[in-house]
Amino acid sequence: MTDAAIELSDVRFRYEDMDMRFDLTVGPGDFLAIIGPSGSGKTTLLNLIAGFEPPLSGSIRLGGLDVTALPPSMRPVTMVFQEHNLFAHLDVKTNVGLGISPALKLTAADRERIATALNRVGLTGFERRLPGQLSGGERQRVAIARALVRDKPVLLLDEPFAALGPALRREMLDLVREIHREKAMTVLVVSHQPDDARYAASRTAFVHQGRILTVKQTEALFATTDIPELTKYLVV
Amino acid sequence: MRNLIAVIAMFLAFAGTAKAAETLNVYTYESFVTDWGPGPAIKKSFEAECGCTLNWVGIQDGVAILNRLKLEGASAKADIVLGLDTNLIAEAKATNLFAGHGTDTSKLTLPIDWKDDIFVPYDFAHFAVIYNTEKVANPPASLKELVEGDPGQKIVLQDPRTSTPGLGFLLWMKSVYGDKAGEAWARLRPRVLTVTPGWSEAYGLFTKGEAEMVLSYTTSPAYHRIAEKSEKYAAASFAEGHYLQVEVAAMLKATPNEALARRFLAFMTGPGFQDHIPTNNWMFPAGALSKPLPDEFGRLVKPSKTLLYSPEIVAENRRAWVGEWLESMSK
Amino acid sequence: MPSLFAGSVALAGLAVVMAGALGALTVTALTSPGAGGELWDDYLWRVLRFTLWQAGLSAVLSVGLAIPVARAIARRQVFPGRGLLLRLFALPLALPALVVVLGVVDVWGRHGWISVGLGALGVSDGMPNIYGLTGILLAHVFFNLPLAARLMIMHLERIPGESWRLSSQLGMKSGAIFRFIEWPVLRAGLPGIAGLIFMLCIASFTVVLTLGGGPAATTIEVAIYQALRFDFDPGRAVILALVQLGVTALLIAIGMRLTMPTVATPSLNRAVARPDCAGLGGRIGDGAVIASAAIFIILPLVALTVSALTAPFRKLLDEAIVWQAVLTSLSIGAAAAVLCIALAWSLLIAAHAAKRSNGKAWWHTGFVMACESGGSLILVMPPILLGAGWFVLLRGVGEGFALAPAVVVTINGLMALPYTLRILGPAHANAAGAHDRLCESLGMSGWNRWRLADWPVLRPAFGVAFAFAMALSLGDLGAVALFGSEDLTTLPLLILQRMGSYRTTDAAGLALMLAVFCLLLILAAERATAKPEGRR
Repeated sequence: MTDAAIELSDVRFRYEDMDMRFDLTVGPGDFLAIIGPSGSGKTTLLNLIAGFEPPLSGSIRLGGLDVTALPPSMRPVTMVFQEHNLFAHLDVKTNVGLGISPALKLTAADRERIATALNRVGLTGFERRLPGQLSGGERQRVAIARALVRDKPVLLLDEPFAALGPALRREMLDLVREIHREKAMTVLVVSHQPDDARYAASRTAFVHQGRILTVKQTEALFATTDIPELTKYLVV
Repeated sequence: MRNLIAVIAMFLAFAGTAKAAETLNVYTYESFVTDWGPGPAIKKSFEAECGCTLNWVGIQDGVAILNRLKLEGASAKADIVLGLDTNLIAEAKATNLFAGHGTDTSKLTLPIDWKDDIFVPYDFAHFAVIYNTEKVANPPASLKELVEGDPGQKIVLQDPRTSTPGLGFLLWMKSVYGDKAGEAWARLRPRVLTVTPGWSEAYGLFTKGEAEMVLSYTTSPAYHRIAEKSEKYAAASFAEGHYLQVEVAAMLKATPNEALARRFLAFMTGPGFQDHIPTNNWMFPAGALSKPLPDEFGRLVKPSKTLLYSPEIVAENRRAWVGEWLESMSK
Repeated sequence: MPSLFAGSVALAGLAVVMAGALGALTVTALTSPGAGGELWDDYLWRVLRFTLWQAGLSAVLSVGLAIPVARAIARRQVFPGRGLLLRLFALPLALPALVVVLGVVDVWGRHGWISVGLGALGVSDGMPNIYGLTGILLAHVFFNLPLAARLMIMHLERIPGESWRLSSQLGMKSGAIFRFIEWPVLRAGLPGIAGLIFMLCIASFTVVLTLGGGPAATTIEVAIYQALRFDFDPGRAVILALVQLGVTALLIAIGMRLTMPTVATPSLNRAVARPDCAGLGGRIGDGAVIASAAIFIILPLVALTVSALTAPFRKLLDEAIVWQAVLTSLSIGAAAAVLCIALAWSLLIAAHAAKRSNGKAWWHTGFVMACESGGSLILVMPPILLGAGWFVLLRGVGEGFALAPAVVVTINGLMALPYTLRILGPAHANAAGAHDRLCESLGMSGWNRWRLADWPVLRPAFGVAFAFAMALSLGDLGAVALFGSEDLTTLPLLILQRMGSYRTTDAAGLALMLAVFCLLLILAAERATAKPEGRR
């Protein structure tokens, strides 16, 4: 796997009445947290990178390659959503298997990889369970297991642990951090919990009304006082 | 799916046989060629005589046959068309698709003289009001009594815009009432339960018992008597006379089998064809039978007078008369 | 995009079928002398007014009455006969109109059961005359109330469990539940359902004439039929058909403007007890509503069965033609249903893909609208015109009528399209909401996506859609009647043939067989597609 830098230059998008415009550079292997008030465009930013939304203009490069016109499945990206990461009617190992082959054509080696990934996220023995029989944390672990087998250099997480309690969230963040280290992935995580950013991310971006107001080393960002919007967001 | 393929295969096979030599293709209406209709028996007897193949092509009804010919023009696959009635003759002639029949029609047993040299009649019946004998003690004895009678006793009629009996009754009213037909319709209106698109709907409502009377044919009671052994339904005899329907056949100019077609038309007026008309098509035969008519046919209403407009007059006035009917029936 | 392509192909097919027939007849009209006469007159104004009036009333009545029925049935997830009742709801549409009319008359007619019953109770004038607008509305409601209720129940069952939990937490009563939970869901579907019924009633022919009491009750469909039969004036028929299509399209477009976009709220677990099930009063009320609807729908079906009791079944079952007709009907029905579902699915995914691509150009919105409602317009295309038009087109092509089965299957499949669109539509919206991003991120598209993601979730909806489409095609006469000959005899055609030659008991027996076949088919289709671990 190759490292992948993320570059957004002058990417414009319009959602209802809000004009958005993003410029962002993330180095290969970075772990970036994205924080900001709700409705500021954090999820849209990830959707643009993943290819779920087409930008009005501007370009998106991943690992030096312009992907602006590519469909989501052609991009070197895995995205984990807040919910609905799994097909409710398919069992755990099938859900993970779809990360290897969308036609579900799996070899013995593939099955081996699925078992390894499930083991890595601590779900050995859950292969035949349906998502409805899992807890929220377990469901997100399945999604991460699938990200592992997909083996893409960029991992986008859209408030993946928002529904989990603090201890569980830490546990999941630890898991993501370990994977980040092992696989040297570029990780972007959207969170509305500044603590998450502090705990896991080396750098943090602050998004406000469709603009990235600042990107800094996480500790530096939290110490910033000259951006009133950021101060307001962090205080309230 | 396999069944569908079978159906398609059947069609292809049908198309194939239609092309073979010495095959006579006859367009007719569907009920003529059903298992219980006269078609199968007539096919057998004609094929035995001619050593050819008689191929029935069943089309919805007489009007649909004529329309199909108009759509197909000279490319029609038919040698013979069988099943138009007198009211359609003028329009059929206007297509210029038909050839003279050259058949002797002088011995026909029709209630009228037959002069047409293109169309040959094969059966006939008079229109009649059929009533339920269990509900109607005193059936109307004339069209006037029907028009002016008790509105509590209902009749089901057919729509002259869409059905042959409907048009027949319209012409009947017109031939009796003339210029006063509009008023007569208005007078009759309270007795009309409803006006159906075709004969089947009307007769279905009637036999369900919804109405005491229905417009049908003088021959209808014969079916109930012979096939159902029931005397429940009878035809009312009207003093002014009854309107006549004659069913006819003709050969097409474009037929490649001219001799065979002529032979069929001649055969049509003889017993080999006519024997199958009374109890299969439930009409009166237009030609000689090899055995006497069933008794039940003798007991049917014999109109004192036959009413009939010439095809030309019908073609000329149909629209106006239907308009008059619409006007007085929809106020 | 493959889904846009599939939808465009489906739309093009629809357009070709309709425009082909219209075009062919126009050419025929131009090349042959017309019958003359004024093209548009007072008569046609009256006919147009009456057509719209009766169709509008029928749609409003059917939908209005279906709301309480759908609510009551959706609320009561368990009661004896629930499954059977829902399946019987599909039956009226599957039967030929004439059979239904006779069943309705058996019950409501001048000498029907109700009238006789009232007479026995000493109420002699209690029964209004049904021949007129009353009878037309009665029959149209009989046809369409079950359809509307069935579609509404599908909408109500999409309400996520969270809403029910919330409503019970907030202590909502039935009124509040209707206002805040059920109505928003229903309102999203209402214009579509009402539009469908409106179109069905616009094109009504046998019902309107037979029960209308006289020519004051005439629809444009009758005028078109008239123009293509005795008058043989294809030009006039084409113009009348265009008027019917145009007026309907306009009214449907207005209706679409009123449609609220459906918000998909997928939920992992939907089996939640509804808070408004308890209470004796509610139970009695729902019981009364369900019982009334059941009696209203079942009585004419019982009448149909009773009149078939004297039918010579032994003789009928011995007739080769009967079995041939059954096979032909089933083959046509199955093929038409498969075609119909493929088309419906193509249109749905195309409309969805077009919507997601966020275009604002007029052709873009036009495409979405065409996909969503264009399929329905075929309903107001008179079958006699489709048949005559395609007859003209195919006359020059094949030897004989080798293509007739294909044409009949195509026309039947298209005619069922509006129903399947409405059955699959809401289910598709749900699945799309849950699966879109996931499938795109995994690169699952086309066949893989259908096989692995959508089909398992949508199986029950596909089952219902298939059953409806097949039942509709089994009962259809329009297309078959024009191409039919003894080589393409379907069961409904056989029924009409027997009715047309005094054999009413044969016809009643065959009608009962048709009804039983439809019911069995619906059962089989729904069973085959039931969720493997089915909750209910």
